[in-house]
Amino acid sequence: MSDISVVAILDDPVRRRLYEYVVLQRRGVSRNEAAQAVGIQRTLAAFHLDRLAESGLVSVSFRRPDGRTGPGAGRPAKLYQRAATEHQVSVPPRDYRSAAELLAEVVDVTGAEPQLQRSARSRGAATGRAARRLAPAEADGELVVRALTEQGYQPYRDGADTRLRNCPFHVLADRYPPLICGMNLALLEGLLAGAAVTALEAGLDPRPGDCCVVLREAARPSKTN
Amino acid sequence: MLTYGLPGWSDGPVAGYHLAQLNVGLVRAPTDSPELADFMAGIDPVNAAADATPGLVWRLQDGDGPGATALRPRGPDFMVNMSVWESLEALRDFVYRNGPHLDFMRRRRKWFHRMPEEHLVLWWVPAGHIPDLDEALSRLDRLRSDGPSPVAFTFQDPYDVPMADLRSR
Repeated sequence: MSDISVVAILDDPVRRRLYEYVVLQRRGVSRNEAAQAVGIQRTLAAFHLDRLAESGLVSVSFRRPDGRTGPGAGRPAKLYQRAATEHQVSVPPRDYRSAAELLAEVVDVTGAEPQLQRSARSRGAATGRAARRLAPAEADGELVVRALTEQGYQPYRDGADTRLRNCPFHVLADRYPPLICGMNLALLEGLLAGAAVTALEAGLDPRPGDCCVVLREAARPSKTN
Repeated sequence: MLTYGLPGWSDGPVAGYHLAQLNVGLVRAPTDSPELADFMAGIDPVNAAADATPGLVWRLQDGDGPGATALRPRGPDFMVNMSVWESLEALRDFVYRNGPHLDFMRRRRKWFHRMPEEHLVLWWVPAGHIPDLDEALSRLDRLRSDGPSPVAFTFQDPYDVPMADLRSR
């Protein structure tokens, strides 16, 4: 299936909501879970999930419910999760990826990372200021989640931390981890500073499948009075 | 449709072999200078993270400073670190997927000059063999003169254990 046909599969509001729910989960989800999360019937969810699987946007695995094995354990549940493939459609054709790979190689070879991090921090700060201008009174946590969602990071809560399900720079980050993860950290540090969010701080804590950056509650400065 | 994977990401252990690594750097300032303070303070925590990582077989240490920071085999600014791992995957996971180490690498330009030549070399050793610095530096020289090969390679261009070695065992 061509990339453009795959992307076109998402041009259905219900299917898109199912897809967005599935990609945010860190594990495979069943038809029941997805149906409940999106608020539709199980059979309709099954239909759309299988269309997503046929297109390769989600992958399928089978698992028996925990603790049930052997004969009589029942049919294993069909689970859906984010597929590792990426799809890119540009009309007219553009190739920013090749340009980005070349530029990353040059930054790496010339050791220009400190400048890259400075530039990333000020770009992130501009994004953060814009997000704050749109919603001056919004709570910090909500503003950050909204801004990160708009940037494609797919944020989710993990206890007190906010983690990022998607790395917008995945291909580059695979190839130049310190360079790109360092740039990404600077972008997000800048975003927090630009949005005047002091309750959170960004740090590097890579986990398989996730973005390398985690947002944690900032250590409070100890009071001296 | 393009599929991007991590080349070598699933490189598991090879029976009878371990992976050795040497990394060298030209440090920008003396270890007791303010410029190097963050670096020197980070050595022990990062090494502790390495020690806690499954797959580490051995790492070079000396008695005079944290880690191997007191060793200067090729001049006063020439620092080394060296270790042996159970697999390429284990080493890669630590180097690129461990938070404290990745954060250390992110800041490396503050502490080290960018070298025009290769600064990291990988090679296979028989399990149980602990390489010395002479062996490691000769692998680095080989990488620098001949490019990646089965006897001296990089994360970007990894090589399997040579088949001849496996057959002769």
